[in-house]
Amino acid sequence: MNIIVCIKQVPDTTEVKINPETGTLIREGVPSIINPFDTYAIEESLRLKEKFGGKVTVISMGPPQAVEALKEAVAMGADEAVLLSDRAFAGSDTWATAYTLSRAIRKLGAFDVILCGKQAIDGDTGQVGPGIARQLGVTQLTYVFKIQKLEPETRTIAVERLLEEGREVVETKLPVLLTVVKDINQPRYPTFLGIRRATKMQIPTWGAADLGDVDPTKLGLKGSPTQVVKIFSPPKREGKVDLISADSFDQAAATLADKLLAEKVI
Amino acid sequence: MALLNVNTGECTGCGACVSECPFGALSLVDNIAVADDKCTACGACLEVCPVEALSLPERPQAAAEGLAGYQGVWVWIEQFKGQACGIAWEMLGQGRKLADQRKTALTACVLGHNVEHITKEAVAFGADRVFWVDDPTLAVYRTQPYANTLVNLVRRYKPEIFLLGASSRGRDLAGSVATELYTGLTADCTGLDIDLEKGLLRQTRPAFGGNIMATIICPNYRPQMSTVRHRVFELPNADPARKGQVIAVKPAVSEEQIATRVVDFIVEQGQVNLADAKIIVSGGRGVGGPDGFKPIRELADVLGGAVGSSRAAVDAGWIPYPHQVGQTGRTVRPDLYIACGISGAVQHLAGMSTAKVIVAINKDAEAPIFSVANYGILGDLFQVVPALTAAFKKRLHK
Repeated sequence: MNIIVCIKQVPDTTEVKINPETGTLIREGVPSIINPFDTYAIEESLRLKEKFGGKVTVISMGPPQAVEALKEAVAMGADEAVLLSDRAFAGSDTWATAYTLSRAIRKLGAFDVILCGKQAIDGDTGQVGPGIARQLGVTQLTYVFKIQKLEPETRTIAVERLLEEGREVVETKLPVLLTVVKDINQPRYPTFLGIRRATKMQIPTWGAADLGDVDPTKLGLKGSPTQVVKIFSPPKREGKVDLISADSFDQAAATLADKLLAEKVI
Repeated sequence: MALLNVNTGECTGCGACVSECPFGALSLVDNIAVADDKCTACGACLEVCPVEALSLPERPQAAAEGLAGYQGVWVWIEQFKGQACGIAWEMLGQGRKLADQRKTALTACVLGHNVEHITKEAVAFGADRVFWVDDPTLAVYRTQPYANTLVNLVRRYKPEIFLLGASSRGRDLAGSVATELYTGLTADCTGLDIDLEKGLLRQTRPAFGGNIMATIICPNYRPQMSTVRHRVFELPNADPARKGQVIAVKPAVSEEQIATRVVDFIVEQGQVNLADAKIIVSGGRGVGGPDGFKPIRELADVLGGAVGSSRAAVDAGWIPYPHQVGQTGRTVRPDLYIACGISGAVQHLAGMSTAKVIVAINKDAEAPIFSVANYGILGDLFQVVPALTAAFKKRLHK
């Protein structure tokens, strides 16, 4: 079974702070990590490989240092990795990112399953997975919570998708692109042997020229339909907390209940 | 891969751009501004440079005559089991405002099976025109038949703006449609308005876990597509007397051409839709175990609300993942959010800090949750929450 995992290196947004004076993002010293949702995609790919055999290839588009994320995936157990890095890719929005990744996947050859995280924690769009599926013309199953069955002989897959109202069970044929949610598994830690392998591995970097049949006008900033025109700090929540204290919790609770009813939110 | 061009002959090394950059991508090297890979070409620095030494690469210019052919605001009316979802009407309400500002018509796209009643509701909620695609293949949402049908409609009727709810289905669908159409899609917006001067849709959305907001436009491609989070826009008032045109349309694909089959739908007992909830009562590490959610549930029941949780409680196995609020769970926007025994880690705040009113109940006065809360009670949740439940029971006559 040929499995491809698309991952993104992101700043650990939990460490991102706002400079209160300038209102801008302080990214100095903020560690880069594999997008948390993508670690579930990597884990799921490794489980599929362990069950059905085959190969796991991890790809990422980003600056040269994104190779560290790929090495971590190799340390977890991925067989191969490719970095897509080129000045021509810079400034890509979700459309151009999906286009570039899909061209790289096409170059990698035949695949059975493509796995992505449901979204990245920096951009939070969740649109690149569906974009890749559409570019490649494969079936997409998003927000996958569980792979119920996978039969390589009949090339049938059934998954549970996590929706607002419950879990939907969908069946389709391979090849398929899945985007996964957190609860699908518990990602493993890199092994000692894996880390040693990753350290030694030369991970190839592909630029625009390596992707073969690409339309250069659809890459990077030039190929991106959307433009960011303004960046600003979110409005702060106004006022300070009204700490309710009273002689007893019953009294405090009664006061709070009255205030909440007065707010007309109940 | 820096995108910003710095004219080193002009740059005076004043550093104004360095402090302006929201991404920390600029620094001074030998008294000249230098941008690194973190540059996203947002352009924030261009305006502050006193000597106009900074520029961005040129973008392709659209053929203006091509764009003028695109008119009207469209909204996808999401339905589940034959009932329209609340988020669809929220989108239609905002679509009405945008259409009025653009002096154009509002169109609702209703896809499903036996959903004629939804076309009438769509007109009542503000649509001038409804595309009604009614077919057994569309009874349950599936990406391919829904996306292909909408793509065909867009290609034929050329809307200027196309809005979808940022629900699981909406995000699944929008990504597929925008990719096929080669147009811009801004996901998960929390604000939409019209730049009256340029006539463009200004789409505002949070990024970096809600730490920054970005306003995004799509100047050269049509339609301008957005998905918007639950409960950002108000439900419009229905006017049953409104008149609108309903046009029946055939679906783009037949059952034999559809690759997927929905075979089951699993709803856990006590499962609630957090995205739509007006009131959420959440428990965190402080609840101490699965049984600790009992008082949380009782309060939620009295208020008619949903039960949420922090990541800590989910990871400990005390409550299933669908209840998780926060960065790796759901983003919610209720009228009232009551956080019980939740310290308020950044990841949790990212998922709930836009709630209208936040209440924090916690033993630890230093807990960060108090910094975003409107009201707080310092104390043991096992004493405070039952007291609050009793107080509401009395007041709500339950």
